[in-house]
Amino acid sequence: MVQYNFKKITVVPPGKDFIDIILSRTQRQTPTVVHKGYAISRIRQFYMRKVRYSQQNFYEKLSTIIDEFPRLDDVHPFYGDLLHVLYNKDHYKLALGQINTARNIIAKISKDYLRLLKYGDSLYRCKCLKVAALGRMCTVIKRISPSLAYLEQIRQHMARLPSIDPNTRTLLICGYPNVGKSSFMNKITRADVDVQPYAFTTKSLFVGHADYKYLRYQVIDTPGILDRPFEDRNIIEMCSITALAHLRAAVLFFLDISGSCGYSIAQQAALFHSIKSLFMNKPLVIVCNKTDLQPLEKLSEEDMKLVMEMKAEAMKTIAQGGEPNEEGVLLTMSTLTEDGVMAVKNAACERLLDQRVEVKMKSKKINDCLNRFHVALPKPRDSKERPPCIPQAVLEARADAAAAKEKKKLERKLEKDLENENGGAGVYSASLKKHYMLANDEWKEDILPEILDGHNVADFLDPDILQRCEELEREEGLRLEEEVAQEAFQIDGHELTEEQREILGQIRKKKALIIQEHRMKKRTAESRPIVPRKFDKDRKFTTDRMGRQLSSMGFDPIAAVDRARSRGRKRERSLSRAGNDGDDMDIDGQQPNKKLRAMSRPSSRSKSRPPEEVVPGEGFRDSDQKKKAIKKAKDSVKKRNKEARRGEADRVIPTLKPKHLFSGKRSIGKTSRR
Amino acid sequence: MRLEKCWFCSSTVYPGHGIQFVRNDAKVFRFCRSKCHKNFKMKRNPRKVKWTKAYRCLHGKDMTQDSTFEFERKRNRPERYDRNVTEQTLKAIPLITKIRHERQKKHITNRQKQGKTKERERDAKELEQDIQMLPKKDVMLSTQKTKVVVKVSQQQTEENLMEE
Repeated sequence: MVQYNFKKITVVPPGKDFIDIILSRTQRQTPTVVHKGYAISRIRQFYMRKVRYSQQNFYEKLSTIIDEFPRLDDVHPFYGDLLHVLYNKDHYKLALGQINTARNIIAKISKDYLRLLKYGDSLYRCKCLKVAALGRMCTVIKRISPSLAYLEQIRQHMARLPSIDPNTRTLLICGYPNVGKSSFMNKITRADVDVQPYAFTTKSLFVGHADYKYLRYQVIDTPGILDRPFEDRNIIEMCSITALAHLRAAVLFFLDISGSCGYSIAQQAALFHSIKSLFMNKPLVIVCNKTDLQPLEKLSEEDMKLVMEMKAEAMKTIAQGGEPNEEGVLLTMSTLTEDGVMAVKNAACERLLDQRVEVKMKSKKINDCLNRFHVALPKPRDSKERPPCIPQAVLEARADAAAAKEKKKLERKLEKDLENENGGAGVYSASLKKHYMLANDEWKEDILPEILDGHNVADFLDPDILQRCEELEREEGLRLEEEVAQEAFQIDGHELTEEQREILGQIRKKKALIIQEHRMKKRTAESRPIVPRKFDKDRKFTTDRMGRQLSSMGFDPIAAVDRARSRGRKRERSLSRAGNDGDDMDIDGQQPNKKLRAMSRPSSRSKSRPPEEVVPGEGFRDSDQKKKAIKKAKDSVKKRNKEARRGEADRVIPTLKPKHLFSGKRSIGKTSRR
Repeated sequence: MRLEKCWFCSSTVYPGHGIQFVRNDAKVFRFCRSKCHKNFKMKRNPRKVKWTKAYRCLHGKDMTQDSTFEFERKRNRPERYDRNVTEQTLKAIPLITKIRHERQKKHITNRQKQGKTKERERDAKELEQDIQMLPKKDVMLSTQKTKVVVKVSQQQTEENLMEE
């Protein structure tokens, strides 16, 4: 259908955007890199491609515009006229013509420049040519940008035109402004047209759909028409005139007999007569609206006469085949009270249908239609009757079955009936245990537990469980006796008496005490004579200080100080005692403190020996042998040491748990193993 | 309604508890709680997991074979209801379970007896060896020999002298 394409016309871009689109596409879709070192043919090809590509794109886009906009001569004359009324045919054609010329100009430009590019001798010259070509094409488009804008406006408006099918059954509503056309439209269709008290509320055609006898009718609401000479009509009125002129439809001419629209019946009659030429060959119905304000019978004589004249005119438009049915020509209704609305619609639809059918019957196509129908009936060969044949046995069987079913139904009471009697589906629940087959019928309603103390009863069920139980109990009795006997046997011998137990307890206590003491002794201050560095950062804990403190308390510090000094001094390589005795002899008897300190030796100090000294027990004869042995030992490792190879002493792990291996997160991976 | 056994730990799964897993070969695994379910998903063998009944039975910690187990057997054919039989069964179940529990307890105590004997031996040995740690006067064992002064009569000594 041609009219639907109006919604599918592609958007016409404004001039600037048009240029942008094409140029950016050229830049993206063609190669972009060229150097002046390339072969000249390659450079030429590069730029020619760009020019050609741009031209092709321009051509394509402009062609789509030209093709998609409807040609006013090719569409249905209704649309042609409607578009002419709305947009002025000439302007429209001019705009499209401009686009066409622009297209041709661009083609020419491209051809010229391509020819020139063939002889470009340097990259720079080719580039300039390409720039010039594209520039000229863009200027062309810039010049037609007003046309493009205009076409875009038209496209937008066209897309919003009502989709009227000019060939289907249509009812056309026309009349003066404010007579009640739109209200009628709202009543019979689902269209929601604006109804307001001012004139020209409806400014364009509106389409609704109504159903009658399983057929769909288009109902077109038009803007009001004023009685004016043809040339003076504005666009809105022209819309309705166009519709009237071109659509083959039933026309409902609305008449406001109460005069509340602002126009008298005389004016409306005048309008009617001026446009009655448009009603040629269209079934016409004159509708008198607003009868709630002014019933038809109470009209004045002149008005009545005018109305009758209109009716007479309308009668002429009745189809020749149909009977002069006076009822379907002049109708009254009121949209406010909805009185007679349906009657009007039905009458109009009926008249239209009749007319269309008649036209179809007269046309040549009717034979094609009729050929599609065919009702097949078997023609009787002779006058003999041939009823269907059923054997007797089957008939009897059927009768018997039917009787049995009846009887059964009467005899047995269904569960369903029972249910219905006792209150229905939600109230009555059927007893499922009714038909149980048990040894004793009293047991039917028994509730048996399925679970007992964490065991399934069903697992234990056994007809001879009693017997087995007795056996079990006997067994158990036997076992218990055996047990008792065994226990009696084992009681003697190795049991500890109370006394022994007590002593054992004491022993254990003592052991525990010993262990505790040992543990306490191991790491107490007694075994660590030095104040550790942690607590003595400022080196304040000296023996002097201790001595002073003790003397201040009243004790003799000498013994304590001596002891502290002897235990606290580090083991140094010491001079032998004999060597130092000479220094003891001092005249004054007062020896400087330093010397005293250097000479003081505790009794528990061990003396360090020179390396050659033979220790009894090592196994050396004399110091010479020992020296040789030492030398040999050193020689054997000298080489390895020089090579800095690992020796026995080197297998040391200074820290068993270095922090960097045992803490921190990993940059990738899991830390579940360390 | 049936009480099922958990596939992993063999405890009873009451209705409304646990999860059932049906494998592609239509074998149904029932679990009493998510602990067992998760262990199963980890593909752990219940026979190796210490706290399950399977482990305990396999390693002889709990009683496995007994006549009381014969009473509780899953029967696949439903029995026709008989009130007398059911009454007897309901009465018998507590007795059977009581006996079973006692036997289980006995089994465990028997198992633990060996440990007891070892302990006793150890205690005896310790007593013997370490009794020396305690001061002698505190220790008064009835087994120890006490010095008893026996008066030998004069006549006897005289007789001896006479013989010489």
